[in-house]
Amino acid sequence: MLHHHFDDLVQQRECNSLAMWAFLATEAMMFGGLFFSYSLYRYLYPGAFHVGSHHLNITLGTLNTFVLLFSSLTMALAVHAAAVENKTRLVVCLGLTWLLGASFLGIKAVEWTADFNEGIMPAVNWHYFDPGNAEAQRELAEYTDKHSQAVTPNQVMMYFVIYFSMTGLHALHMVVGLILVGAMMWLGAQGKFLKGNDQPVEIAGLYWHFIDIIWVFLFPLLYLIAGFHPGGL
Amino acid sequence: MTPHAASHHGHDHAAHGEEGGHHVVPIPLYIAVFAALMVLLVLTLVAAYFDLGEWNVVIAVTIAVVKALLIVLFFMHVRWSTALVRVFAGAALFWLTILTIFILQDYLSRTGATLPR
Repeated sequence: MLHHHFDDLVQQRECNSLAMWAFLATEAMMFGGLFFSYSLYRYLYPGAFHVGSHHLNITLGTLNTFVLLFSSLTMALAVHAAAVENKTRLVVCLGLTWLLGASFLGIKAVEWTADFNEGIMPAVNWHYFDPGNAEAQRELAEYTDKHSQAVTPNQVMMYFVIYFSMTGLHALHMVVGLILVGAMMWLGAQGKFLKGNDQPVEIAGLYWHFIDIIWVFLFPLLYLIAGFHPGGL
Repeated sequence: MTPHAASHHGHDHAAHGEEGGHHVVPIPLYIAVFAALMVLLVLTLVAAYFDLGEWNVVIAVTIAVVKALLIVLFFMHVRWSTALVRVFAGAALFWLTILTIFILQDYLSRTGATLPR
């Protein structure tokens, strides 16, 4: 329905979208700061980023990228279902989106648990790169040779600080997204998005796709630095 | 409800395009975009399999940018958005560029910057 302070539906829809886009712009700035830190430290400590990246699980990272891209498709289909006022399809698509989002967080939790157990979680459980570990010393020495710059445990720690900050902030956004999608499902099941009131779903979709975009950049930048060749560049 | 909103129902919106500033994207297009995203994901992995030195990161970021563009243009409907929405979407990128350029010119002009070793 048209609210009294708008001239027409076109203006109303545009205004509603703009608010979310303005919010997403501030979000991009927040993540942008982290992406900048990433770029700077990778430029300064290339060897440390290679060593650190080798400790991430590329298989799980790829699986999560697939899960999140797929959830973007189901979200887009939910937006379509809302627009054509198909209540059942809307709820099913939102439900799929929610399940995929929850799976993403589950897989991430598995990864973080492995990181914790390995002792590569700065400030929480950090002991893998302690001087006593011969394997870690071998990794550091190898990349020291490759980059003709000493790779130290503290530099590798910086990689993991950035890794956990970026994936942590991203996961926090996923939690908010799950709450949002869950609420949309509940309201959708009650038929709140019928009769031309489908835009809330579209706007929730904008947020969901934005989180997806952040991950699209995080995946190659964090996981694929060293490629698949262990010991290679 | 206004007559305009009433006419909103029972149509194939996609055929009408900009009804009520509201573009309904056809499902096959969404599927096609998703397929393209999958191809790009595989391409990223394939590129990472080869050791191309500095080019690895260039290729990875380029593919990520293309993926992001597909999501923004089609999933987020910017392809059919008004100019004002596009300005808002572009604003973030613009300020990020300012952030990057100004901090980089500081860091890169000070060789041996005092950072923890």
